[in-house]
Amino acid sequence: MEKVLLEMRQIDKIFPGVRALSKVDFTLRAGEIHSLMGENGAGKSTLVKVLTGVYPRDGGTVLLEGKEIAPRTPKEAQECGISTVYQEVNLCPNLSVAENIFIGREPKKHGFIDWKTMNKRAGELLQRLNVNIDVTRTLDNYSVAMQQMIAIARAVDVSAKILILDEPTSSLDEQETQRLFKIIRQLQQQGMGIIFISHFLEQIYELCDRVTVLRNGELVGAYDVAKLPKYELIAKMVGKELSAVEKMDALEEKSQPSEEVLLAAKHISCTGQLADVDMKIHKGEVIGFAGLLGSGRTELAELLFGINQITKGEIEVRGTTLNIKNPMTAMKQKIAFCPEDRKEQGIVGDLSVRENIILAMQAKDGMFRHIPYKEQVRIADDCIKLLNIKVSSREQLIRNLSGGNQQKVIIARWLATQPELLILDEPTRGIDVGTKAEIQKMAIALARQKGMAVIFISSEMDEMVRTCTKLIVLRDRRKVAEIANEDVSSDNVMRAIAGGEA
Amino acid sequence: MEALKKFSSSSLFLPLVALAVLIIFNVIFVDGFLTIQMTEDGRLYGRLIDILTRSSSLIILALGMTFVIATSGIDISVGAVVAISAAVVCMLIGGRGDGVPEHSMVLAMLAAVLVGILCGVWNGFLVAKLKIQAVVATLILMTAGRGVAQLMTEGQIITVYYKPFSYIAGTIPGNVLPTNIFIAAAMVLLVVFLMKKTSIGLFVQSVGINPNASRFSGINVTMVIFLVYAFSGFCAGVSGLLESSLIRAADANNAGLNMEMDAILAVALGGTLLSGGKFYIGGSVIGAITIQTLTTTMYALGVSADQLPVVKAIAVVIICLIQSKRCQEMFDAWKAHRHSSTDSGTGEKAVDKA
Repeated sequence: MEKVLLEMRQIDKIFPGVRALSKVDFTLRAGEIHSLMGENGAGKSTLVKVLTGVYPRDGGTVLLEGKEIAPRTPKEAQECGISTVYQEVNLCPNLSVAENIFIGREPKKHGFIDWKTMNKRAGELLQRLNVNIDVTRTLDNYSVAMQQMIAIARAVDVSAKILILDEPTSSLDEQETQRLFKIIRQLQQQGMGIIFISHFLEQIYELCDRVTVLRNGELVGAYDVAKLPKYELIAKMVGKELSAVEKMDALEEKSQPSEEVLLAAKHISCTGQLADVDMKIHKGEVIGFAGLLGSGRTELAELLFGINQITKGEIEVRGTTLNIKNPMTAMKQKIAFCPEDRKEQGIVGDLSVRENIILAMQAKDGMFRHIPYKEQVRIADDCIKLLNIKVSSREQLIRNLSGGNQQKVIIARWLATQPELLILDEPTRGIDVGTKAEIQKMAIALARQKGMAVIFISSEMDEMVRTCTKLIVLRDRRKVAEIANEDVSSDNVMRAIAGGEA
Repeated sequence: MEALKKFSSSSLFLPLVALAVLIIFNVIFVDGFLTIQMTEDGRLYGRLIDILTRSSSLIILALGMTFVIATSGIDISVGAVVAISAAVVCMLIGGRGDGVPEHSMVLAMLAAVLVGILCGVWNGFLVAKLKIQAVVATLILMTAGRGVAQLMTEGQIITVYYKPFSYIAGTIPGNVLPTNIFIAAAMVLLVVFLMKKTSIGLFVQSVGINPNASRFSGINVTMVIFLVYAFSGFCAGVSGLLESSLIRAADANNAGLNMEMDAILAVALGGTLLSGGKFYIGGSVIGAITIQTLTTTMYALGVSADQLPVVKAIAVVIICLIQSKRCQEMFDAWKAHRHSSTDSGTGEKAVDKA
C-alpha cells in the first residue's frame, strides 16, 4: 500500500448553533482517488474548506506527509501543496489560457511579464494532460469541459501533492467526463492524492478507490469502493442499518388517493435538467419524489410550477393540456410550491410575518385587488394558530424567526391560496425534529381531510417512506422507478436509486 | 414617554430631526425666517412659502425615485426627462410674442406628461425586460435626453408669453399659495392612495428585498420593475411642467440639471436604503424639503451659488453619518462603554429569536 499523504484527525468545526463537523477522520494515500460522500449538509464541503484553509478548524490535527499543517487561507494551503478545482470554474474568461494558468505568478524578466516563457510553459503543461490548444486565445473560446481541464492544469502546476475536485463533472457530458477521468487517472499514476466529490454514484464506482462517508457532520466510515455495493453505500449515506430498514417503515395512516387524476405529466423533458418523466398525481394523494441530490427531483417540481418550462412532452391539469409558462399559470390552477432554498427562494426577510403570509394570495389576486388590512390580520392570525407558528407578534420580521417557523410561514403563505396541489420541496431541511414531525403529519392530514394532493420531496429516506403513498424515484435526471403502497420502503427505494443492484 | 419612544424609533424620526435642526438654525441666524406676509394682490410670501414652492418639483421627483430605489434600482435620467417634458410643453404652447397659445395649454401639459411616461417606459423596458443594469440603462436617457430636448426646441430657448402658463409654478389670481405646492401635494396624495388601496407597495418592497422569493410567490417581478420606472417617468414629466413654468421657458440645457442627484439624495435622506427593500414615502418628501431648506439657507447666508455644492456636500455627509447603521452601532457601543455597569444590548435580539 502507498504511503499516507494526508491525515486529518478528529476534526471539529462549529458554526453558530450547528456542529458542522464532529471528530471526523480522513486519510488520503498517495496515488489514490478518494471520494467524499454524503447527502447535502453532511459536511463534505465543510471538511474540504477546513482542509483548504477557507474555514479555520475548531479542533483536531491535519498532517501532510507526517508534518502538521494549519493553512489559514487557500493560498497557504496551495503553498503546502493542496489545490482545489471548484464546481464553477473560477477562472477569468477574458484572459488568455496562459494568463489564466499563471495568474498571480507570471514568469518575469527584468520586472516585466515574460510572455514567451509563459505561453511556452502553459503549452507544455497542457501537453502533459494531452490537451492541445492555442494558449494565447482567451478562455471563453473553449468549452466548459476544456476550462475545467485548464483549471486542473493550473492546480497541478501550482502544487503536486493533493488535488481536490469538487463536483467537476456536473456540467460535463459523457465524452467530456471520460476525457477528464483519463487525466485524473494520469495524475493518480504520478502519485498524486486526489479527492473527488460527486453526486453521481456511477462515476464514483468507475473512478475511485476509496470512499469516506459522512452524515450529519460525523464520520460513518471509510471503505474500499470495490468491496462496497452501491446499495450499502446509499444506506450509509442516508443513515440506515440494513436490518432496521423494515421496522422503521411501519407507519400509521397514510393518504388514500382518490381515482381522480389531478395532474398528469406525459414524457416531459427540459434540456439539461430532466429527461422524459411520466407521472400522475391523484387528488388526496401524498406523492414523493425520491432520489439523491441532483437527481432531478427539484427540477421536476420546478417544471410543474412553471419556474422553468418544459421543452418536450405535455402537462395535463384536470384533464386539460396546459402550458405552464410561469408560476402564476400554475397558481391559477391551484398549484402551490414551497421551494427548497428557504432563504433565497422562500422568505422575504425584511417583511413581517403577516406580509409574508399574504404575499402569494395577494399576487394571485393582483395588484389592484388589495386585501384590506383587517382581512390580512385575520388570515395571518388564523395561519399562525393553525400551524402553531411561534412568533412574538404577526408584525415580527420573518428573518428573526427560527428556520422551522420560517418554513411554517412559507407553508402558510401557500395554504392561504387554498391550493389543490401543494409541492413541498425539502420542507424539513435544517429544522428541529419536533417541527419535522409536525410538517409530515400536516402533509398527510391535508391529503386525508381536504383531499389535497401533496408532492413531498426530501433527502431523508425515513421521512419519505413514512409520509408518502407513492414514490417516484429519480436518478441522473431520469425517472427510474415508481413505488406505490405496500412496496414503499427504504429498502426498495435504495435499490431503485442504486439501479436495481443489491 | 411611551409615545416619545415610539416616535423616536419610527422611520420618520431621523429625517425630521435633520429638518428640525436646519429650521432651528435658520430661525436663529436668518432674519425673518418665519415671517409670512401678504402681498397687495393677496398672495402669501415669505421664506417658508418659498422653500415649499421651490421644493415641490423635487418632492415629485423623489416620489418616483423612491419606488425605483426600493426595487434596488436607480433612475438617473429624471433630470433629462424634466428637460424633455419642459421642451414639449413650451413647444406646444409656442413662444408667440402676443401671448396667444398655439395649442391649448391643457393639451400641451398632458402631452408633456405623456412624453415623461414614455421616457419611463423606455427605461422600464431596458431594465425590466432586457435586464440592463439600472444605472447604465438610465444613463442612456440621461445623456441622450437633453439632446432630444434640444432637437425639439431646435436649439433655442423657447420663451412662453402665454400668461396662464406661469400659473403652474406661480399663483393663480385669487389664490393665496402658489399652484405647484398643490400639485406636489396632489402627487403625494396620489402615492398615499396607491399605497393604501393597492398592493404596489408590498410588491415593490418584496421585489427589492428578495426578487427570487417574489418570483416564487407568483409576483410578476418584471412587471413591477417596469411599472416603477414608468411611474418615475410620469413624475419627471409633471416635474418638467413646474420647472418650465417657473422660468416660463424651455431651456434644454439647464432645465432639471442635476435634479436626479438631488432626488436620489432626498430618498436617501428619507431613510430608504439604496440597496432597496423598505421605503419611506414620508421620509423622501421630508428629505426633498430638507435639501431645499439647505439651499435657501445658504443663499440667505450669502453663500454664492458656486460654493453651494461644497456646503451642501458637508451637510449631506453629516446627515448620512447620523443615519448610518455602523455609526449608530459605534455610538451605541460608546454609550454602552460609558454605562458599562448596565447590561449590553444583546437581550433584545435574544427575545426576537425566541
